[in-house]
Amino acid sequence: MPHQKDALSQHVIEVRGLHKSFGDNPILKGIDLQVSAGEVVSIIGASGSGKSTFLRCINLLEWPTSGEILFQGENVLERGYNIPAYREKVGMVFQQFNLFSNMNVLQNCMVGQIKVGRKSKEEARLTAMDYLEKVGLAQYIHAKPRQLSGGQQQRVAIARALCMEPEALLFDEPTSALDPEMVGEVLKVITDLAHTGLTLMVVTHEMAFARDVSDRVLFMDDGVIAEEGEPAGIFTNPKSERLREFLTRFLS
Amino acid sequence: MTTWDWIERFLQLYWPQFLKGAGWTLLLAIIGTVGGFVIGLLIGVVRTTPLYSGGQKRRSLRSVLLKIVNAILAVYIEVLRGTPMMVQAVLVFYGLMEFAGIDITSSAAGMLVITLNTGAYMAEIVRGGIQSVDPGQTEASKAIGMTHWQTMLNVVLPQTIRNILPATGNEFIVNLKDSSVLSVIMVSELFYSTQVIKSIYYRTYEPFLIAATIYLFFTFTSSRLLRLLEKRMDGPSNYTLISSATTPELLKQNRRYQAGATRRR
Ligand SMILES: Nc1ncnc2c1ncn2[C@@H]1O[C@H](COP(=O)(O)OP(=O)(O)OP(=O)(O)O)[C@@H](O)[C@H]1O
Ligand SMILES: [Mg+2]
Repeated sequence: MPHQKDALSQHVIEVRGLHKSFGDNPILKGIDLQVSAGEVVSIIGASGSGKSTFLRCINLLEWPTSGEILFQGENVLERGYNIPAYREKVGMVFQQFNLFSNMNVLQNCMVGQIKVGRKSKEEARLTAMDYLEKVGLAQYIHAKPRQLSGGQQQRVAIARALCMEPEALLFDEPTSALDPEMVGEVLKVITDLAHTGLTLMVVTHEMAFARDVSDRVLFMDDGVIAEEGEPAGIFTNPKSERLREFLTRFLS
Repeated sequence: MTTWDWIERFLQLYWPQFLKGAGWTLLLAIIGTVGGFVIGLLIGVVRTTPLYSGGQKRRSLRSVLLKIVNAILAVYIEVLRGTPMMVQAVLVFYGLMEFAGIDITSSAAGMLVITLNTGAYMAEIVRGGIQSVDPGQTEASKAIGMTHWQTMLNVVLPQTIRNILPATGNEFIVNLKDSSVLSVIMVSELFYSTQVIKSIYYRTYEPFLIAATIYLFFTFTSSRLLRLLEKRMDGPSNYTLISSATTPELLKQNRRYQAGATRRR
Protein backbone atom coordinates (compact mmCIF):
# COMPACT_ATOMS: atom_id res chain seq x y z
CA MET A 1 0.00 0.00 0.00
CA PRO A 2 1.70 3.19 -1.18
CA HIS A 3 -0.03 5.53 1.26
CA GLN A 4 1.48 3.62 4.18
CA LYS A 5 4.96 4.65 3.12
CA ASP A 6 3.87 8.26 3.06
CA ALA A 7 2.42 7.97 6.53
CA LEU A 8 5.66 6.41 7.72
CA SER A 9 7.82 9.22 6.44
CA GLN A 10 5.73 11.67 8.41
CA HIS A 11 6.76 10.19 11.75
CA VAL A 12 9.28 12.42 13.40
CA ILE A 13 10.07 9.86 16.06
CA GLU A 14 9.41 6.17 15.93
CA VAL A 15 10.27 3.72 18.68
CA ARG A 16 10.32 -0.04 18.09
CA GLY A 17 10.61 -2.71 20.73
CA LEU A 18 12.50 -0.49 23.15
CA HIS A 19 13.95 -2.25 26.19
CA LYS A 20 16.10 -0.74 28.92
CA SER A 21 17.54 -2.48 31.94
CA PHE A 22 19.70 -1.06 34.69
CA GLY A 23 21.91 -4.01 35.56
CA ASP A 24 19.55 -6.96 35.89
CA ASN A 25 16.64 -4.68 36.55
CA PRO A 26 14.35 -4.32 33.53
CA ILE A 27 12.73 -0.87 33.50
CA LEU A 28 11.39 -0.54 29.94
CA LYS A 29 9.88 -3.76 28.64
CA GLY A 30 9.13 -3.26 25.00
CA ILE A 31 7.81 0.10 23.92
CA ASP A 32 6.47 0.87 20.44
CA LEU A 33 5.47 4.38 19.51
CA GLN A 34 5.07 6.57 16.47
CA VAL A 35 4.95 10.32 16.83
CA SER A 36 3.87 12.42 13.88
CA ALA A 37 5.14 15.87 13.06
CA GLY A 38 3.36 18.50 15.10
CA GLU A 39 1.80 16.00 17.45
CA VAL A 40 1.58 16.74 21.16
CA VAL A 41 1.91 13.58 23.24
CA SER A 42 1.50 13.53 27.01
CA ILE A 43 2.89 10.67 29.05
CA ILE A 44 1.28 9.92 32.37
CA GLY A 45 1.81 7.10 34.81
CA ALA A 46 2.73 6.26 38.38
CA SER A 47 6.11 7.09 39.87
CA GLY A 48 8.68 4.49 38.88
CA SER A 49 6.77 3.31 35.81
CA GLY A 50 9.70 4.36 33.59
CA LYS A 51 8.48 7.64 32.09
CA SER A 52 11.75 9.52 32.61
CA THR A 53 13.80 6.54 31.49
CA PHE A 54 11.75 6.38 28.29
CA LEU A 55 12.23 10.07 27.54
CA ARG A 56 15.94 9.89 28.37
CA CYS A 57 16.32 6.93 26.04
CA ILE A 58 14.75 8.90 23.21
CA ASN A 59 17.47 11.53 23.24
CA LEU A 60 20.08 8.98 24.29
CA LEU A 61 20.92 10.27 27.75
CA GLU A 62 20.36 6.60 28.52
CA TRP A 63 21.43 4.00 26.00
CA PRO A 64 18.68 1.47 25.28
CA THR A 65 19.43 -2.19 25.96
CA SER A 66 17.64 -3.20 22.77
CA GLY A 67 15.18 -1.89 20.23
CA GLU A 68 15.23 0.88 17.68
CA ILE A 69 14.71 4.59 17.79
CA LEU A 70 14.08 6.20 14.42
CA PHE A 71 14.34 9.90 13.80
CA GLN A 72 12.96 10.94 10.44
CA GLY A 73 13.27 7.32 9.39
CA GLU A 74 16.87 6.74 10.47
CA ASN A 75 17.89 4.54 13.38
CA VAL A 76 19.79 6.76 15.80
CA LEU A 77 21.29 3.73 17.58
CA GLU A 78 23.16 2.80 14.43
CA ARG A 79 26.94 2.93 14.75
CA GLY A 80 28.26 6.13 13.24
CA TYR A 81 24.97 8.03 13.56
CA ASN A 82 25.64 11.67 14.40
CA ILE A 83 24.23 11.83 17.92
CA PRO A 84 25.03 15.48 18.72
CA ALA A 85 23.30 16.58 15.49
CA TYR A 86 20.30 14.44 16.45
CA ARG A 87 20.11 15.96 19.91
CA GLU A 88 20.21 19.40 18.37
CA LYS A 89 16.98 18.48 16.57
CA VAL A 90 15.33 16.74 19.52
CA GLY A 91 15.74 18.99 22.54
CA MET A 92 14.96 18.26 26.15
CA VAL A 93 13.65 20.28 29.07
CA PHE A 94 14.36 18.91 32.52
CA GLN A 95 12.47 18.86 35.78
CA GLN A 96 15.40 20.60 37.50
CA PHE A 97 15.84 23.19 34.67
CA ASN A 98 19.61 22.56 34.50
CA LEU A 99 20.51 26.03 33.25
CA PHE A 100 24.26 26.42 32.88
CA SER A 101 25.21 28.00 36.18
CA ASN A 102 28.40 29.57 34.83
CA MET A 103 26.45 31.62 32.29
CA ASN A 104 23.82 34.31 32.39
CA VAL A 105 20.43 33.96 30.76
CA LEU A 106 21.52 35.27 27.38
CA GLN A 107 24.67 33.12 27.29
CA ASN A 108 22.59 30.06 28.18
CA CYS A 109 20.54 30.67 25.08
CA MET A 110 23.50 31.54 22.84
CA VAL A 111 26.13 28.93 23.62
CA GLY A 112 24.47 26.05 21.80
CA GLN A 113 23.72 28.15 18.74
CA ILE A 114 27.33 29.27 18.51
CA LYS A 115 29.15 26.05 19.38
CA VAL A 116 26.75 23.52 17.90
CA GLY A 117 24.78 25.51 15.35
CA ARG A 118 27.88 27.43 14.20
CA LYS A 119 25.96 30.67 14.11
CA SER A 120 27.64 34.04 14.45
CA LYS A 121 27.43 35.73 17.84
CA GLU A 122 25.18 38.44 16.50
CA GLU A 123 22.82 35.98 14.85
CA ALA A 124 22.73 33.87 18.03
CA ARG A 125 22.01 36.91 20.18
CA LEU A 126 19.09 38.00 18.06
CA THR A 127 17.57 34.51 18.01
CA ALA A 128 18.04 34.26 21.77
CA MET A 129 16.37 37.62 22.31
CA ASP A 130 13.48 36.56 20.13
CA TYR A 131 12.78 33.40 22.12
CA LEU A 132 13.42 35.05 25.47
CA GLU A 133 10.87 37.65 24.48
CA LYS A 134 8.41 34.85 23.65
CA VAL A 135 8.78 33.33 27.12
CA GLY A 136 8.56 36.80 28.63
CA LEU A 137 12.09 37.07 29.96
CA ALA A 138 13.87 39.41 27.56
CA GLN A 139 14.46 41.81 30.42
CA TYR A 140 16.44 39.27 32.39
CA ILE A 141 19.24 38.52 29.95
CA HIS A 142 21.97 39.57 32.40
CA ALA A 143 20.67 37.52 35.33
CA LYS A 144 22.42 34.38 36.48
CA PRO A 145 20.20 31.29 36.81
CA ARG A 146 20.40 31.25 40.62
CA GLN A 147 19.00 34.78 40.72
CA LEU A 148 15.76 33.70 39.06
CA SER A 149 12.67 31.96 40.38
CA GLY A 150 12.02 28.36 39.40
CA GLY A 151 9.34 29.35 36.94
CA GLN A 152 11.63 31.90 35.30
CA GLN A 153 14.47 29.38 35.12
CA GLN A 154 12.24 26.83 33.44
CA ARG A 155 11.08 29.40 30.90
CA VAL A 156 14.71 30.22 30.12
CA ALA A 157 15.40 26.51 29.74
CA ILE A 158 12.57 26.29 27.23
CA ALA A 159 13.93 29.31 25.35
CA ARG A 160 17.37 27.70 25.35
CA ALA A 161 15.93 24.55 23.79
CA LEU A 162 13.94 26.55 21.23
CA CYS A 163 17.04 28.49 20.19
CA MET A 164 18.36 25.30 18.59
CA GLU A 165 15.31 25.37 16.32
CA PRO A 166 14.44 21.74 17.10
CA GLU A 167 11.99 19.45 15.30
CA ALA A 168 10.77 18.01 18.58
CA LEU A 169 11.03 18.82 22.29
CA LEU A 170 10.91 16.39 25.18
CA PHE A 171 9.70 17.64 28.55
CA ASP A 172 10.31 15.60 31.70
CA GLU A 173 7.91 16.85 34.35
CA PRO A 174 8.68 20.49 33.56
CA THR A 175 6.54 21.84 36.39
CA SER A 176 7.12 19.27 39.14
CA ALA A 177 9.94 21.19 40.82
CA LEU A 178 7.99 24.43 40.86
CA ASP A 179 6.05 26.18 43.57
CA PRO A 180 2.33 25.94 42.75
CA GLU A 181 2.00 29.61 41.84
CA MET A 182 4.63 29.24 39.10
CA VAL A 183 3.21 26.16 37.42
CA GLY A 184 0.78 28.23 35.37
CA GLU A 185 3.34 30.49 33.71
CA VAL A 186 5.38 27.50 32.51
CA LEU A 187 2.35 25.52 31.33
CA LYS A 188 1.22 28.56 29.40
CA VAL A 189 4.53 28.68 27.52
CA ILE A 190 4.29 24.97 26.71
CA THR A 191 0.66 25.34 25.64
CA ASP A 192 1.64 28.17 23.29
CA LEU A 193 4.33 25.92 21.85
CA ALA A 194 1.83 23.15 21.30
CA HIS A 195 -0.06 25.45 18.99
CA THR A 196 2.98 26.33 16.87
CA GLY A 197 3.20 22.89 15.27
CA LEU A 198 6.32 21.80 17.13
CA THR A 199 6.32 18.11 18.04
CA LEU A 200 6.12 17.73 21.81
CA MET A 201 6.39 14.80 24.21
CA VAL A 202 5.55 15.82 27.74
CA VAL A 203 5.85 13.65 30.83
CA THR A 204 3.51 15.29 33.27
CA HIS A 205 1.45 14.94 36.40
CA GLU A 206 -0.68 17.91 35.32
CA MET A 207 -3.76 16.02 34.22
CA ALA A 208 -5.58 19.15 33.10
CA PHE A 209 -2.70 19.94 30.75
CA ALA A 210 -2.65 16.39 29.39
CA ARG A 211 -6.37 16.48 28.84
CA ASP A 212 -6.67 19.94 27.30
CA VAL A 213 -3.48 20.39 25.32
CA SER A 214 -2.33 17.03 24.01
CA ASP A 215 -3.43 15.19 20.89
CA ARG A 216 -2.68 11.84 22.48
CA VAL A 217 -2.07 10.54 25.99
CA LEU A 218 0.11 7.57 26.83
CA PHE A 219 -0.36 5.79 30.12
CA MET A 220 2.81 4.03 31.18
CA ASP A 221 2.68 1.21 33.66
CA ASP A 222 5.54 -1.03 34.74
CA GLY A 223 7.73 -0.31 31.74
CA VAL A 224 5.18 -0.55 28.95
CA ILE A 225 2.59 1.71 27.38
CA ALA A 226 -0.44 0.16 29.01
CA GLU A 227 -3.01 2.33 27.31
CA GLU A 228 -3.04 5.16 24.83
CA GLY A 229 -5.49 7.28 22.98
CA GLU A 230 -7.09 10.68 22.63
CA PRO A 231 -7.33 12.55 25.91
CA ALA A 232 -11.12 12.40 25.96
CA GLY A 233 -11.09 8.60 25.80
CA ILE A 234 -8.29 8.18 28.30
CA PHE A 235 -9.78 10.43 30.92
CA THR A 236 -13.49 9.75 30.54
CA ASN A 237 -13.43 6.14 29.47
CA PRO A 238 -10.30 4.37 30.74
CA LYS A 239 -10.25 0.73 29.69
CA SER A 240 -7.70 -0.88 31.98
CA GLU A 241 -8.16 -1.31 35.69
CA ARG A 242 -4.68 0.16 36.34
CA LEU A 243 -5.44 3.39 34.51
CA ARG A 244 -8.77 3.71 36.31
CA GLU A 245 -6.98 3.28 39.66
CA PHE A 246 -4.30 5.75 38.65
CA LEU A 247 -6.82 8.37 37.60
CA THR A 248 -8.98 8.06 40.70
CA ARG A 249 -5.89 8.35 42.85
CA PHE A 250 -4.75 11.36 40.89
CA LEU A 251 -7.96 13.24 40.39
CA SER A 252 -9.15 12.91 43.96
CA MET B 1 74.12 43.01 70.80
CA THR B 2 70.43 42.43 71.24
CA THR B 3 68.28 40.42 68.86
CA TRP B 4 66.98 43.64 67.36
CA ASP B 5 70.51 44.83 66.70
CA TRP B 6 71.33 41.56 64.94
CA ILE B 7 68.20 41.74 62.84
CA GLU B 8 69.05 45.29 61.86
CA ARG B 9 72.55 44.29 60.94
CA PHE B 10 71.47 41.24 58.91
CA LEU B 11 68.96 43.35 57.03
CA GLN B 12 71.48 46.09 56.37
CA LEU B 13 74.17 43.73 55.12
CA TYR B 14 72.17 40.99 53.42
CA TRP B 15 68.87 42.46 52.28
CA PRO B 16 69.74 41.72 48.65
CA GLN B 17 70.25 38.04 49.51
CA PHE B 18 66.99 37.88 51.45
CA LEU B 19 65.23 39.61 48.61
CA LYS B 20 66.68 37.24 46.06
CA GLY B 21 65.75 34.21 48.17
CA ALA B 22 62.24 35.56 48.62
CA GLY B 23 62.03 36.17 44.88
CA TRP B 24 62.99 32.56 44.14
CA THR B 25 60.50 31.26 46.66
CA LEU B 26 57.75 33.30 45.06
CA LEU B 27 58.81 32.23 41.57
CA LEU B 28 58.90 28.54 42.53
CA ALA B 29 55.46 28.78 44.10
CA ILE B 30 54.01 30.54 41.06
CA ILE B 31 55.60 28.20 38.51
CA GLY B 32 54.73 25.13 40.57
CA THR B 33 51.12 26.15 41.05
CA VAL B 34 50.46 27.37 37.51
CA GLY B 35 52.28 24.40 35.95
CA GLY B 36 50.64 21.99 38.37
CA PHE B 37 47.24 23.52 37.63
CA VAL B 38 47.71 22.92 33.90
CA ILE B 39 48.94 19.35 34.49
CA GLY B 40 46.06 18.74 36.88
CA LEU B 41 43.49 20.02 34.39
CA LEU B 42 44.88 17.86 31.58
CA ILE B 43 45.00 14.75 33.75
CA GLY B 44 41.60 15.44 35.26
CA VAL B 45 40.06 15.78 31.80
CA VAL B 46 41.72 12.59 30.55
CA ARG B 47 40.71 10.61 33.62
CA THR B 48 37.06 11.66 33.37
CA THR B 49 36.80 10.92 29.64
CA PRO B 50 34.26 8.15 29.13
CA LEU B 51 35.86 4.91 27.92
CA TYR B 52 33.09 4.20 25.46
CA SER B 53 31.16 6.62 23.33
CA GLY B 54 27.64 6.16 22.05
CA GLY B 55 26.70 3.65 24.72
CA GLN B 56 28.14 0.62 22.94
CA LYS B 57 30.50 -1.06 25.38
CA ARG B 58 32.61 -2.19 22.46
CA ARG B 59 36.33 -2.30 22.99
CA SER B 60 38.21 -0.08 20.57
CA LEU B 61 41.78 1.11 20.12
CA ARG B 62 40.68 4.33 21.75
CA SER B 63 39.33 2.66 24.86
CA VAL B 64 42.42 0.46 25.24
CA LEU B 65 44.79 3.41 24.85
CA LEU B 66 42.75 5.41 27.31
CA LYS B 67 42.95 2.62 29.86
CA ILE B 68 46.75 2.42 29.51
CA VAL B 69 47.13 6.18 29.83
CA ASN B 70 44.86 6.18 32.88
CA ALA B 71 46.97 3.48 34.52
CA ILE B 72 50.16 5.46 33.92
CA LEU B 73 48.56 8.61 35.29
CA ALA B 74 47.36 6.74 38.38
CA VAL B 75 50.93 5.58 39.06
CA TYR B 76 52.26 9.13 38.61
CA ILE B 77 49.73 10.47 41.08
CA GLU B 78 50.33 7.73 43.66
CA VAL B 79 54.13 8.04 43.52
CA LEU B 80 54.24 11.81 43.73
CA ARG B 81 51.70 12.02 46.50
CA GLY B 82 53.18 9.09 48.37
CA THR B 83 56.77 10.30 48.67
CA PRO B 84 58.21 13.48 50.25
CA MET B 85 59.00 16.29 47.83
CA MET B 86 62.44 16.50 49.43
CA VAL B 87 63.19 12.93 48.31
CA GLN B 88 61.71 13.61 44.88
CA ALA B 89 64.02 16.60 44.52
CA VAL B 90 67.11 14.56 45.29
CA LEU B 91 66.06 11.72 42.99
CA VAL B 92 65.27 14.02 40.09
CA PHE B 93 68.34 16.25 40.44
CA TYR B 94 70.94 13.52 40.93
CA GLY B 95 69.02 10.86 39.02
CA LEU B 96 68.89 12.91 35.84
CA MET B 97 72.63 13.39 36.02
CA GLU B 98 73.41 9.80 36.95
CA PHE B 99 71.14 7.89 34.61
CA ALA B 100 70.22 10.23 31.79
CA GLY B 101 73.40 12.27 31.68
CA ILE B 102 71.28 15.39 31.86
CA ASP B 103 72.99 18.10 33.85
CA ILE B 104 70.33 20.61 34.76
CA THR B 105 70.78 23.43 37.22
CA SER B 106 69.38 22.94 40.67
CA SER B 107 66.90 25.75 40.02
CA ALA B 108 65.58 23.99 36.93
CA ALA B 109 65.34 20.71 38.85
CA GLY B 110 63.54 22.55 41.64
CA MET B 111 60.98 24.02 39.26
CA LEU B 112 60.45 20.64 37.65
CA VAL B 113 59.91 18.87 40.97
CA ILE B 114 57.56 21.41 42.47
CA THR B 115 55.53 21.45 39.23
CA LEU B 116 55.27 17.66 38.97
CA ASN B 117 54.46 17.40 42.65
CA THR B 118 51.74 20.05 42.54
CA GLY B 119 50.42 18.47 39.34
CA ALA B 120 49.77 15.21 41.16
CA TYR B 121 47.79 16.95 43.89
CA MET B 122 45.96 19.17 41.41
CA ALA B 123 45.00 16.13 39.31
CA GLU B 124 43.04 14.76 42.26
CA ILE B 125 41.57 18.16 43.05
CA VAL B 126 40.46 18.64 39.44
CA ARG B 127 38.97 15.19 39.24
CA GLY B 128 36.97 15.82 42.37
CA GLY B 129 35.98 19.22 40.98
CA ILE B 130 34.77 17.72 37.69
CA GLN B 131 32.83 15.00 39.48
CA SER B 132 31.18 17.52 41.76
CA VAL B 133 29.63 19.41 38.84
CA ASP B 134 25.91 18.57 38.79
CA PRO B 135 25.32 15.79 36.21
CA GLY B 136 22.28 17.78 35.11
CA GLN B 137 24.65 20.39 33.66
CA THR B 138 26.29 17.80 31.43
CA GLU B 139 22.94 16.36 30.40
CA ALA B 140 21.56 19.77 29.50
CA SER B 141 24.66 20.45 27.47
CA LYS B 142 24.42 17.17 25.60
CA ALA B 143 20.70 17.72 25.09
CA ILE B 144 21.40 20.82 22.99
CA GLY B 145 23.85 18.85 20.87
CA MET B 146 27.21 19.57 22.45
CA THR B 147 29.89 16.91 22.15
CA HIS B 148 31.82 15.64 25.16
CA TRP B 149 34.61 18.14 24.48
CA GLN B 150 32.30 21.08 23.92
CA THR B 151 30.55 20.20 27.16
CA MET B 152 33.87 20.03 28.98
CA LEU B 153 35.17 23.33 27.63
CA ASN B 154 32.01 25.40 27.88
CA VAL B 155 30.16 24.00 30.86
CA VAL B 156 32.08 21.60 33.07
CA LEU B 157 35.56 23.12 33.22
CA PRO B 158 34.47 26.72 33.88
CA GLN B 159 32.44 25.46 36.83
CA THR B 160 35.23 23.16 37.93
CA ILE B 161 37.78 25.95 37.88
CA ARG B 162 35.55 28.15 40.00
CA ASN B 163 34.97 25.27 42.42
CA ILE B 164 38.63 24.37 42.80
CA LEU B 165 39.90 27.93 43.12
CA PRO B 166 40.11 27.76 46.93
CA ALA B 167 41.97 24.42 46.78
CA THR B 168 44.32 25.82 44.14
CA GLY B 169 45.00 28.85 46.32
CA ASN B 170 45.76 26.49 49.14
CA GLU B 171 48.26 24.63 46.93
CA PHE B 172 49.93 27.96 46.19
CA ILE B 173 50.29 28.73 49.88
CA VAL B 174 51.60 25.23 50.56
CA ASN B 175 54.10 25.72 47.73
CA LEU B 176 55.29 29.04 49.18
CA LYS B 177 56.22 27.18 52.35
CA ASP B 178 57.21 23.77 51.04
CA SER B 179 59.53 25.09 48.36
CA SER B 180 61.92 25.34 51.33
CA VAL B 181 62.62 21.61 51.04
CA LEU B 182 64.22 22.31 47.65
CA SER B 183 67.16 23.70 49.62
CA VAL B 184 68.26 20.06 49.76
CA ILE B 185 69.40 20.38 46.16
CA MET B 186 70.73 23.90 46.73
CA VAL B 187 67.99 25.86 45.04
CA SER B 188 68.67 29.36 46.33
CA GLU B 189 65.18 30.03 47.59
CA LEU B 190 64.51 31.79 50.88
CA PHE B 191 65.33 28.92 53.25
CA TYR B 192 68.61 28.12 51.49
CA SER B 193 69.64 31.77 51.35
CA THR B 194 68.89 32.14 55.02
CA GLN B 195 71.04 29.16 55.84
CA VAL B 196 73.93 30.68 53.89
CA ILE B 197 73.55 33.99 55.71
CA LYS B 198 73.30 32.19 59.05
CA SER B 199 76.56 30.35 58.56
CA ILE B 200 78.50 33.60 58.10
CA TYR B 201 77.93 34.74 61.70
CA TYR B 202 76.80 31.50 63.28
CA ARG B 203 73.64 33.22 64.42
CA THR B 204 70.61 31.09 63.66
CA TYR B 205 67.72 32.80 65.36
CA GLU B 206 67.69 36.24 63.75
CA PRO B 207 68.05 35.29 60.07
CA PHE B 208 65.28 32.74 60.41
CA LEU B 209 63.08 35.25 62.21
CA ILE B 210 63.49 37.45 59.16
CA ALA B 211 62.73 34.51 56.87
CA ALA B 212 59.64 33.61 58.88
CA THR B 213 58.37 37.17 58.56
CA ILE B 214 58.83 37.09 54.81
CA TYR B 215 57.04 33.72 54.52
CA LEU B 216 54.19 35.01 56.64
CA PHE B 217 53.93 38.17 54.55
CA PHE B 218 53.68 36.06 51.41
CA THR B 219 51.12 33.61 52.71
CA PHE B 220 48.97 36.26 54.36
CA THR B 221 48.89 38.51 51.30
CA SER B 222 48.19 35.59 48.97
CA SER B 223 45.25 34.32 50.95
CA ARG B 224 43.71 37.82 50.96
CA LEU B 225 44.28 38.26 47.23
CA LEU B 226 42.80 34.85 46.51
CA ARG B 227 39.68 35.66 48.42
CA LEU B 228 39.31 38.85 46.38
CA LEU B 229 39.74 36.86 43.18
CA GLU B 230 37.05 34.38 44.21
CA LYS B 231 34.67 37.24 44.89
CA ARG B 232 35.37 38.78 41.52
CA MET B 233 34.81 35.49 39.71
CA ASP B 234 31.36 35.21 41.25
CA GLY B 235 30.39 38.46 39.56
CA PRO B 236 27.93 41.02 40.85
CA SER B 237 25.35 39.70 43.28
CA ASN B 238 22.49 41.38 41.45
CA TYR B 239 21.58 41.92 37.85
CA THR B 240 20.23 44.86 35.92
CA LEU B 241 16.97 44.54 34.09
CA ILE B 242 17.04 45.60 30.48
CA SER B 243 14.44 48.33 30.21
CA SER B 244 11.44 47.12 28.31
CA ALA B 245 11.82 50.15 26.04
CA THR B 246 14.89 48.64 24.41
CA THR B 247 13.56 45.14 23.80
CA PRO B 248 11.03 46.02 21.08
CA GLU B 249 13.86 47.85 19.34
CA LEU B 250 16.00 44.70 19.53
CA LEU B 251 13.17 42.63 18.21
CA LYS B 252 12.58 44.96 15.31
CA GLN B 253 16.27 44.69 14.48
CA ASN B 254 15.92 40.96 14.77
CA ARG B 255 13.05 40.73 12.33
CA ARG B 256 14.81 42.93 9.84
CA TYR B 257 17.85 40.74 10.27
CA GLN B 258 15.99 37.51 9.81
CA ALA B 259 14.18 38.82 6.77
CA GLY B 260 17.49 39.65 5.16
CA ALA B 261 19.44 36.61 6.22
CA THR B 262 19.31 33.45 4.20
CA ARG B 263 18.44 30.48 6.36
CA ARG B 264 21.18 27.99 6.81
CA ARG B 265 20.65 24.20 6.89
N1 LIG C 1 20.38 5.25 36.49
C1 LIG C 1 19.59 4.31 37.07
N2 LIG C 1 20.12 3.22 37.63
C2 LIG C 1 19.33 2.28 38.20
N3 LIG C 1 18.00 2.36 38.26
C3 LIG C 1 17.40 3.42 37.71
C4 LIG C 1 18.16 4.46 37.08
N4 LIG C 1 17.29 5.40 36.62
C5 LIG C 1 16.07 4.96 36.94
N5 LIG C 1 16.12 3.78 37.60
C6 LIG C 1 14.96 3.02 38.08
O1 LIG C 1 14.03 2.90 37.04
C7 LIG C 1 12.70 2.96 37.52
C8 LIG C 1 11.92 3.93 36.68
O2 LIG C 1 12.44 5.22 36.89
P1 LIG C 1 11.92 6.49 36.14
O3 LIG C 1 12.68 7.64 36.66
O4 LIG C 1 11.97 6.25 34.67
O5 LIG C 1 10.41 6.55 36.60
P2 LIG C 1 9.35 7.71 36.39
O6 LIG C 1 8.17 7.07 35.77
O7 LIG C 1 9.96 8.84 35.66
O8 LIG C 1 8.99 8.11 37.85
P3 LIG C 1 8.70 9.57 38.48
O9 LIG C 1 7.26 9.89 38.20
O10 LIG C 1 8.94 9.38 39.94
O11 LIG C 1 9.64 10.55 37.86
C9 LIG C 1 12.79 3.31 38.98
O12 LIG C 1 12.52 2.16 39.72
C10 LIG C 1 14.23 3.75 39.18
O13 LIG C 1 14.68 3.34 40.45
MG1 LIG D 1 10.55 10.83 36.20
